[in-house]
Amino acid sequence: MIDAIRNLGRIILEGLERFGRAGLFMFEVMRGTPQLRKRGALVLQQVYGVGVLTLLIILVSGLFVGMVLGLQGYNTLVKFGSEDTLGLLVALSLVRELGPVVTALLFAGRAGSALTAEIGLMKATEQLAGMEMMAVNPLTRVIAPRFYAGVIAMPLLAALFSAIGILGGHLVGVGLLSVDAGAFWSQMQAKVDFYDDIMNGVIKSIVFGVVCTGIAVFEGYDAVPTSEGVARATNRTVVYSSLAVLGLDFILTALMLGEV
Amino acid sequence: MSVSTSKIGGTSDDALVKVRNLRFTRGDRVILKDLSLDIPRGKVTAIMGGSGCGKTTLLNLIGGRLHPDGGDVTVDGISVPSLSTKELFELRKRMGMLFQTGALLTDLTVFENVAFPIREHTELPESLLRKVVLMKLETVGLRGACDLMPSELSGGMARRVALARAIALEPMMIMYDEPFTGLDPISKGVIAKLIRELNQTLGITSIVISHDVPETCFISDYAYLLGDGRIIGQGTPKEVQQSKSDYVRQFMDGLPDGPVPYQYPASDYLQDLLRART
Ligand SMILES: Nc1ncnc2c1ncn2[C@@H]1O[C@H](COP(=O)(O)OP(=O)(O)O)[C@@H](O)[C@H]1O
Ligand SMILES: [Mg+2]
Repeated sequence: MIDAIRNLGRIILEGLERFGRAGLFMFEVMRGTPQLRKRGALVLQQVYGVGVLTLLIILVSGLFVGMVLGLQGYNTLVKFGSEDTLGLLVALSLVRELGPVVTALLFAGRAGSALTAEIGLMKATEQLAGMEMMAVNPLTRVIAPRFYAGVIAMPLLAALFSAIGILGGHLVGVGLLSVDAGAFWSQMQAKVDFYDDIMNGVIKSIVFGVVCTGIAVFEGYDAVPTSEGVARATNRTVVYSSLAVLGLDFILTALMLGEV
Repeated sequence: MSVSTSKIGGTSDDALVKVRNLRFTRGDRVILKDLSLDIPRGKVTAIMGGSGCGKTTLLNLIGGRLHPDGGDVTVDGISVPSLSTKELFELRKRMGMLFQTGALLTDLTVFENVAFPIREHTELPESLLRKVVLMKLETVGLRGACDLMPSELSGGMARRVALARAIALEPMMIMYDEPFTGLDPISKGVIAKLIRELNQTLGITSIVISHDVPETCFISDYAYLLGDGRIIGQGTPKEVQQSKSDYVRQFMDGLPDGPVPYQYPASDYLQDLLRART
């Protein structure tokens, strides 16, 4: 019993310590931001890297999610004779909720884990130590560009996800089922609000970008520099990012709707 | 000792690095205790010792990557442990370090690896940069390999590229961490020749950390023997090789047991075997 309490205490303390380290780490990354202006090319290069990694999986998933939304939405709406609003339903679900959330989950699994593994291996092979000895701060040279690249890429990927998802919904609703194409688009155009819907989605995906990429780069930088350590860190990135995204999504939605 | 006087730099006596009563612990383990040594300017100094005796730790303390628990390290008259990060980075531009693994950046070509510190710290125009990098690569005989990726290099070549990178900013000193380990005899010879040449032609002060006795003694002007967290022998390579001290003899002759015990410290063997593991 005493042992169990002691272990619990230790786990909590270790968790808090890691949290503190993560905070200091993010502070250091932020502090190096001004130096990033002359490293714009590095950030762009990383955005490209992240994009290449995630684009295909985002497009394919977006298409299928949109198609499923089309099917499910039609199935329910047709019972009330309001299948004309299918476009609106698909667009709102994607832009406000599924776009940012599913993109972030896919991002964590694909780009986040790759980032952690890359940085962890750079640490294990003394590349980061080597930079330090060349008077180059790895936080500004390696971590910061990757972090900001993730933060920039996430909303772009979420937007692509939503766009292709809407096409998927159109494909099913208008192509396969009997929704009128004009109604599909005009309902969407009339009822989707730029600030309440689109901007909320964008804010969500920026927050998810910060959280997912932040976790990924921290886990890599903090990894135990062995094969096992890097493997564990990669694993943690996916688990923590996914949990954080789902938890934060509830909080953000509650704040944005202002109903809780 | 006050910080302000210790940072003036450029003292007239010829020790570039002075280590005084250095103490470093990891948890309860004492890695270095009361270590003192001088690295003379413009010479090749060897620090030899068994694996795990704290050689890499010592280099990291000199380079300011670790903080000592006691004592002081001064490089060119500057006390390293008391420096701020910014001052430390300024100092590091003047010292190179060759890591055990080479530590090349795996996503950059050989050329870009050597160009890396120059790009980071200077604003050289591209045409001049190219000349400088090719010159550094020519020094280590790898100008032809400039478009290869680090994964395409052999161990010896990778270390030569890392050496070209270490001299890119023309440092006053280079620390070599086990430059010979894991190399074939020819590559060992090449590295030894390079260390010697860089020292003689550019006057770079060199610290060679190694457990390869013959190669290291061959290229060094002075040798320290590290054991048990302190200096257990020193002198010219010849003196060290002929020393009568038990410690030194054990290391030089490769005897399995001696003052450095064969056994890692452990409880009584018989009791350990009889005790049921819980
Ligand atoms: N990051 C670390 N954490 C804990 N112990 C370490 C760490 N790095 C080195 N050590 C320990 O410190 C001792 C000295 O290591 P090191 O200086 O690397 O030895 P070597 O002389 O082989 O270069 C070793 O016994 C090693 O186990
Ligand atoms: Mg070592």
